[in-house]
Amino acid sequence: MASLDRVKVLVLGDSGVGKSSLVHLLCQNQVLGNPSWTVGCSVDVRVHDYKEGTPEEKTYYIELWDVGGSVGSASSVKSTRAVFYNSVNGIIFVHDLTNKKSSQNLRRWSLEALNRDLVPTGVLVTNGDYDQEQFADNQIPLLVIGTKLDQIHETKRHEVLTRTAFLAEDFNPEEINLDCTNPRYLAAGSSNAVKLSRFFDKVIEKRYFLREGNQMTLSPICWEMFSIWIPGFPDRKRFGAGTLKSLHYD
Amino acid sequence: MSFLIDSSIMITSQILFFGFGWLFFMRQLFKDYEIRQYVVQVIFSVTFAFSCTMFELIIFEILGVLNSSSRYFHWKMNLCVILLILVFMVPFYIGYFIVSNIRLLHKQRLLFSCLLWLTFMYFFWKLGDPFPILSPKHGILSIEQLISRVGVIGVTLMALLSGFGAVNCPYTYMSYFLRNVTDTDILALERRLLQTMDMIISKKKRMAMARRTMFQKGEVHNKPSGFWGMIKSVTTSASGSENLTLIQQEVDALEELSRQLFLETADLYATKERIEYSKTFKGKYFNFLGYFFSIYCVWKIFMATINIVFDRVGKTDPVTRGIEITVNYLGIQFDVKFWSQHISFILVGIIIVTSIRGLLITLTKEDFTEVESESSLVGKFFYAISSSKSSNVIVLLLAQIMGMYFVSSVLLIRMSMPLEYRTIITEVLGELQFNFYHRWFDVIFLVSALSSILFLYLAHKQAPEKQMAP
Repeated sequence: MASLDRVKVLVLGDSGVGKSSLVHLLCQNQVLGNPSWTVGCSVDVRVHDYKEGTPEEKTYYIELWDVGGSVGSASSVKSTRAVFYNSVNGIIFVHDLTNKKSSQNLRRWSLEALNRDLVPTGVLVTNGDYDQEQFADNQIPLLVIGTKLDQIHETKRHEVLTRTAFLAEDFNPEEINLDCTNPRYLAAGSSNAVKLSRFFDKVIEKRYFLREGNQMTLSPICWEMFSIWIPGFPDRKRFGAGTLKSLHYD
Repeated sequence: MSFLIDSSIMITSQILFFGFGWLFFMRQLFKDYEIRQYVVQVIFSVTFAFSCTMFELIIFEILGVLNSSSRYFHWKMNLCVILLILVFMVPFYIGYFIVSNIRLLHKQRLLFSCLLWLTFMYFFWKLGDPFPILSPKHGILSIEQLISRVGVIGVTLMALLSGFGAVNCPYTYMSYFLRNVTDTDILALERRLLQTMDMIISKKKRMAMARRTMFQKGEVHNKPSGFWGMIKSVTTSASGSENLTLIQQEVDALEELSRQLFLETADLYATKERIEYSKTFKGKYFNFLGYFFSIYCVWKIFMATINIVFDRVGKTDPVTRGIEITVNYLGIQFDVKFWSQHISFILVGIIIVTSIRGLLITLTKEDFTEVESESSLVGKFFYAISSSKSSNVIVLLLAQIMGMYFVSSVLLIRMSMPLEYRTIITEVLGELQFNFYHRWFDVIFLVSALSSILFLYLAHKQAPEKQMAP
């Protein structure tokens, strides 16, 4: 059973937006009864049928890594979190529809996560500044999910839902808005479920099927060495992360 | 005529404070939320405004601004309003918001919130019995009764915070306490963390697969429903669900371990940063300050013990004492009256500003990971703050604590002021047993300081041991 292939998807977002409830809903099809503060990282696994309904159907494990904390955390917490960002195949950004700041913080989250996994293509990595060109070469599929839809009054919904349109300019992600306490938003056959399925399929494709035209053809060992020798990389932790990568790659 | 001018000055300043509280609320506490209850905002700002006005009146008292009769009037009025808010309004609204969160009682919110408020009043009243706070001359609903109880709660709070702060401050600043952390330590911990995550993942994979096969076989319901369902489940127990609970327990244990490892790693990173910081100039300067602070804190603890053991309450305040010493022993002559006024103004001002600032900073702390490591109860409390449902209740609780804190600051500040300025506080607050409050403060301060020392010592000792464990 454990011999199925797997992909790793990060779930990022501010504290209290509902990442744990979302992950629980996605993996166990049940509403989370008692959500509490996520310390560190909590993982859950979803069994996904790639290309469901076609003859090429294959089952994969999707690991959802729900990383807790806020963007403004102490740098010691950020450094510790960084160990979870290795070899990521897809990212789900979660924001709270009742909380404007959480959608604005998604940019900073993307900086934190994607800066670590950028394959060095010669793009200049400025230290902490937000530079749109960094994401031009980004190969990792992204999904944006807005939660707590039920708490937004009907009249305000339109204004709130269009707020996240700015994210589309930068990443071109898919978008889903839902309420994590209500499983019907992700019921089979609904448009949200279709988007989710498509996203996971894209993640699996990028990981397993598109090796030919992709920088990820570099074998893991070469990748590590490449990253050490690029001058000016902001964190010396790359070295440590490299050795850890070899432990995690299968 | 002068009364009108004075009143208008007071009212303008109150409006200013109100505006500041409003802005603080909007910018810091609730800056990101779409849904905002204006009632909560108003209550918070009003409490803040009247608390600050009390401090302002003390300053005016020292500086001799405004007419003394109008000062007295404003004192009385201010006190009445603040007590009204702290004892009647805020508890009532806290009860109201708690009840509105519970969906069952939604229909009869008002009734249940009144009931809650009455329970609060009962306990609040009972609080006064064991303490010898006031002379039995006064009636039931007088200001003295209410103030005495508010004072007890507030003084306890202040003493707890000061005790902990007095011990924690030198501990944080001084580099003597920094453990030595190397990169290999951090790497080793990170490796353990990732290994634990891998173990959790493999177990979860088994669980997910087992659930999927069960679902496909049609055994959707794990929990037996009804009497016959239970009998059935005894005989034909689905081995799948048994396995699941077993694995779930293992997963829970592993998740707890991963949390601990995460917190330890974060701790190591933080210590490493502090070590690097202490090598800079700023770090050395703070280290130096830390030594001074620790001496000051040790002196405070010592004085508290002396006060309790020898059963004495200081009669003179530090200002007059300091002036006495300089005049008598050092022989420096200067205009006592003039200087005592200004020095006590500065001293009192510093105390007020630092306590307000300390409180506001604690309210707006963003990252609570360090707090989570201390106990899960505190962690749950801070989690509740971030959810918009209970944030109203939390903010009201904070307003209540802030009001009580400031009222008891006024009680205790009396000790730091020379005699001629104390009269107004004594007049306004009535015949409270001020000595009791100081004694109570000393006791709680000592208890809090000693327990924080014990706590920090244990935490300090435990950490290197954990690192040694394989």
